[in-house]
Amino acid sequence: MAAIAAVSSAGLLLSACSKADDSSDDTTKSAGANAATKEVVNASTKKGGTVTYASSDAPESLDPGNMYYAYGFNFSRLYARPLMTFKPGPGEKGNELVPDLAEAAGVPSDGGKTWTYKIRQGVKFEDGTVVTSKDVKYAVERSNFARDVLSSGPNYFQQLLDGGDKYKGPYKDKSEKGIASIETPDDNTIVFKLNKPFADFDFLASQPQTAPVPRAKDTGVDYTKKVVSTGSYKFEKYDEGRQIVLTRNPEWDAKTDPLRKQYPDKIVVNLKVNKATIDKDVMAGDTMIDIQGTGVDAQTQAQLVNDKDKLANTDNALGGRLIYTAINTQQKPFDNVECRKAVQYAINKVAVQTAMGGPIRGDIASTVLPTDVPGYEKYDLYATKGNKGDEAKAKEHLKACGQEKGFKTAISARTDRQGEVDAATAIVGALKKVGIDAEIKQFPSGKYFSDYAGVPKFNKKQNIGLIMMQWGSDWPTGYGFLQQIVHGKAIGQSGNTNLSELNDPEINKLLDDAIGNTDEAARTAAYTQVDKKVMEQAAIVPLTYFKVLLYRSPYATNVVSSSAFSGQYDYLNIGTTKQ
Amino acid sequence: MISYIIRRTIAAVILLLVVTAVTFGIFFILPKLAGQTADQLAQQYIGKNPTPADIAAVKANLGLDQPVYVQYWEFIKGIVSGATYDLGPTTVQCNAPCFGYSFKDHLEVWPQLTQRLPVTLSLAVGAAVLWLLGGIAAGVVSALKPGSFFDRSAMGVALAGVSLPMFFTGQLALLLFSYKLEIFGRTYVPFTENPSQWANTLFLPWCSLALLYSAIYARLTRSGMLETMNEDFIRTARAKGLRERKVVVRHGLRAALTPLVTVFGMDIGLLLGGAVITETVFSLHGIGEYAVQSITTNDLPPILGVTLLAAFFVVFMNLVVDLLYATIDPRVRLS
Amino acid sequence: MTELSKTGAAVGEPVRSGDAPDAFLEVRDLKVHFPTDDGLVKSVDGLSFQLEKGKTLGIVGESGSGKSVTSLAIMGLHRLGARGKNVRMSGEIWLDGKELVSASPDEVRRLRGREMAMIFQDPLSAMHPYYTVGNQIVEAYRVHHDVDKKTARRRAVELLDRVGIPEPHKRVNAYPHEFSGGMRQRAMIAMALVNNPELLIADEPTTALDVTVQAQILDLIRDLQKEFGSAVIIITHDLGVVAEIADDILVMYGGRCVERGPVDDIFYQPQHPYTWGLLGSMPRIDREQTDRLIPVKGQPPSLINVPSGCAFNPRCPYADVPKDNVTRTERPELREVGGRHFTACHLSQEDRTRIWNEEIAPKL
Repeated sequence: MAAIAAVSSAGLLLSACSKADDSSDDTTKSAGANAATKEVVNASTKKGGTVTYASSDAPESLDPGNMYYAYGFNFSRLYARPLMTFKPGPGEKGNELVPDLAEAAGVPSDGGKTWTYKIRQGVKFEDGTVVTSKDVKYAVERSNFARDVLSSGPNYFQQLLDGGDKYKGPYKDKSEKGIASIETPDDNTIVFKLNKPFADFDFLASQPQTAPVPRAKDTGVDYTKKVVSTGSYKFEKYDEGRQIVLTRNPEWDAKTDPLRKQYPDKIVVNLKVNKATIDKDVMAGDTMIDIQGTGVDAQTQAQLVNDKDKLANTDNALGGRLIYTAINTQQKPFDNVECRKAVQYAINKVAVQTAMGGPIRGDIASTVLPTDVPGYEKYDLYATKGNKGDEAKAKEHLKACGQEKGFKTAISARTDRQGEVDAATAIVGALKKVGIDAEIKQFPSGKYFSDYAGVPKFNKKQNIGLIMMQWGSDWPTGYGFLQQIVHGKAIGQSGNTNLSELNDPEINKLLDDAIGNTDEAARTAAYTQVDKKVMEQAAIVPLTYFKVLLYRSPYATNVVSSSAFSGQYDYLNIGTTKQ
Repeated sequence: MISYIIRRTIAAVILLLVVTAVTFGIFFILPKLAGQTADQLAQQYIGKNPTPADIAAVKANLGLDQPVYVQYWEFIKGIVSGATYDLGPTTVQCNAPCFGYSFKDHLEVWPQLTQRLPVTLSLAVGAAVLWLLGGIAAGVVSALKPGSFFDRSAMGVALAGVSLPMFFTGQLALLLFSYKLEIFGRTYVPFTENPSQWANTLFLPWCSLALLYSAIYARLTRSGMLETMNEDFIRTARAKGLRERKVVVRHGLRAALTPLVTVFGMDIGLLLGGAVITETVFSLHGIGEYAVQSITTNDLPPILGVTLLAAFFVVFMNLVVDLLYATIDPRVRLS
Repeated sequence: MTELSKTGAAVGEPVRSGDAPDAFLEVRDLKVHFPTDDGLVKSVDGLSFQLEKGKTLGIVGESGSGKSVTSLAIMGLHRLGARGKNVRMSGEIWLDGKELVSASPDEVRRLRGREMAMIFQDPLSAMHPYYTVGNQIVEAYRVHHDVDKKTARRRAVELLDRVGIPEPHKRVNAYPHEFSGGMRQRAMIAMALVNNPELLIADEPTTALDVTVQAQILDLIRDLQKEFGSAVIIITHDLGVVAEIADDILVMYGGRCVERGPVDDIFYQPQHPYTWGLLGSMPRIDREQTDRLIPVKGQPPSLINVPSGCAFNPRCPYADVPKDNVTRTERPELREVGGRHFTACHLSQEDRTRIWNEEIAPKL
């Protein structure tokens, strides 16, 4: 129980990425709770052994050009080298971007519209062929422009590259030339020409989509079955939907790669294993880590918090995610900021946190940017005593809004996410106290954005004023986090993620200017400003900074929980002490 | 006999067509009635923030832009004569029976099914052996001594077996015998690779599944035996001076088990279509697990594949049962 | 209630008890009781009779009179099966010098089918539907004869031929459902006779058959009896069935014998009002269509609460003829009324003769 108390008090302190000292004794070889969020656990250069992971699902694809899950991005680096990547590091340190296939970070020119990378000499595919800039260009083309067959990944390059709306992709447009806005003046240089300045381009270059793919070996949809490796490991076997086995890639050369260490002999991922079984296997030491990194089962969690020894092998990690309630600024009476402020004050965040599973599932939030995303600054515009809500203040604002008698509205949540439904229930209870009568409307998560909450017309019709939401960005910058959820341009007719339908010219401009600004410090400052503006508009009620409880096998070496991958362990250099 | 089988086969094919048509209908028409468009369906298979062009491209690639009847026709055509799929840079010939490509992970459905079938088959057959042995033995002994201590306790256990959910018994068995005592493994190994390992990992699933079914079979056998042992022909058998054991086995059991053949055939047919819960609990990559995953991800081709396979097994086992019945019970005529 | 034990030493029995009799089959004070939740069912309650080899006894009575239970008791079939645990038997059954009530189940089993065999009422349900007729006869033969299948099969064909089944070597491979009713019963008889039993019990052997076939089957039984020289018990509810085949007739009512005697005595000088009733309900070819079949009025007695006094008194039209209400208070003893002719009735000899001659005989 002491362990829980330690974790929860740490949460309540709202310290940036938990400076909370866990008092658990480190006498055993267990590194202690949350150790991997602060330091490298079991740092070791020991080689050999087999590192075994497990997943309750099978990856949509192993093709670096056809994936979107954070664990896919994370794991793919073992066999696919993108231009840039995140350096394995604990917590926020994991957000550091370093060159991988590229010799150095991208060089911007033309005010951030042109980005040039130099590719390292001597990098080879597993068949011994030398990697050239053309292979990178081809990889970007196939992943972003052949959306009819490779549809799972993001498409930022398509949106940003000059002429990206016209190019039909390498499968339909068979010309050797490809898209004109990616230039390969020589085998080691690649130049991206964008349609607007984009300061976060290095982050896009860190997506596995920039990992080279040899055109001759590309089999489109089937490439997932035989990915040609550039990383430290290559595929020995991919038993579809069952098992992935990676072995050392002999063509990989440590001299070309400052990041990868190639510790274990073999890496095995068992797929579609029952979630409870994975947890048991990890605790038994048979499996190193649950590769999906979504945290242990509720049942396992309950077991863990009562077992101090086992808790020492866990990390309660932040994942750059925010759980919030979007207030629909287009829905009456929430078009009036006073009514939105009333909600900000009315909600009892402690009750919401409890409903979501307590401090172990998230720290109470007061900002749009999570604590582990650059630009985060601690402040609370609508502070209430103990975060338990303030009825008097809420009623004051209701009065200012002309709604002192209260009103009716609806709140949407995802049926199959019990925590979200419970949180919505807690919110409904708090709102009732100030006279706002909110009805919960539940929708399946698979279609939440495509059919329901992400369709503004639907919300209008259903009188949905409040929308439960969880958000994590594709890359850890203020722009990556904020653009999709508060920029007016992000409002879509279906699949909408700007659920507040906030279209504030000032916020839009701040974001647009920032992404065009190559000065990192100035950019980061702008994101803090946007955060505050959104809170002034009261368009979002931050509830908690999402946390996962991860379990790591004590046999695993070089373990860090990285903010860059939603708090997951960075898989790049994990080894094992087990033989 | 031959003409009977031919007629039954034709009927089975029609039935399977109806089953696929209904599956198609449920998949496409019901969501449509609920207001879902093909765009929204396609959107589920694209990453975040798709552009309208992306959606249109995916729709065209999956054939979702075609009317439902055309999609259905293409599906049937694929099974009969194969199909060609656009992989991007190349096309691939998918030989008959071609069940198409998964929308979600782009894997061909048919190899997935054939790969998973041995798992489900191993599970079903192994469990069936156990439950037949256990269930019938318990049922017979209970029926011969109704009201005895054995009868009462066996039927009590049977009731518990039926009532306890697999989620409970399976998990408990795993925890105790696999994790705590480490007697049984948890990673499925094909029989052809290592028979003892195969049996070792399947033992717990077999037992858990068999517990459920033997409970049912014990009760069925018991009531069947109670009824049969009151039949006139049992009295005749005794009047001949046969030993009681021979009366029970040769005359009683033979007659009492015949109706069980029907139930057993159906159970095996259903199980071959996927022992959903058992496979999920024990992480066995069988047909049932495939069904669950396809349904949760709205992945039509695997759903169709599994439905068709499951329906095939049920129909097939039905035919087998009818043929078997005709050989067991000479009074039954195939017509 | 009388205390019973399986060994058969029933209380209040005559002195003769225990000695081996001279008769081939002798049943002495047989009681077969079944305890149930509703009370003790006294299916057979003190029955005695003898039967010599080569002779035929007809046991006649309504359903529930105890006639079938008697036959099953002789065969030892009561003690088998789930209900077997509950039966209470006492008395003695002597078959060829062996006492069966006290014998072990296995001893009785070895006699069954060999020394005593049985033909059942409905040959369709009495034969196993899944085995061929031949198979079932072979089985019956091989229980008691250590011979190979081929020999047993020859024996089966021989027997089928003997009982009048055409093309026996073919029909031996047929299933029971492929036979006609009469053929089935012939096959059943063949199965019963396969071991040359000395006692043959036929329980309603013709009830399930149509009239013309009935006669054939009865003729067959009679012929076979002559040929094999066995003792035969025919159990029936219909006096007509046994009229021509039986030497003696035993009339049962409520688990007891009410009249017993040579066949001619029973038909021409019946002494018991119940026998009169049975005679009246007997179909006869020489009778007018209009007034045939006068069934005995009323319901068979409960075997749990048997009416006090004479069990037949509630249905007896002459119950009030004897004085002092004796028919309702005192159970009538089985008394000899002529040579080997017994009856259990309170009516005086004079009354019986008068009623028979004046009231009953003219109407028959």
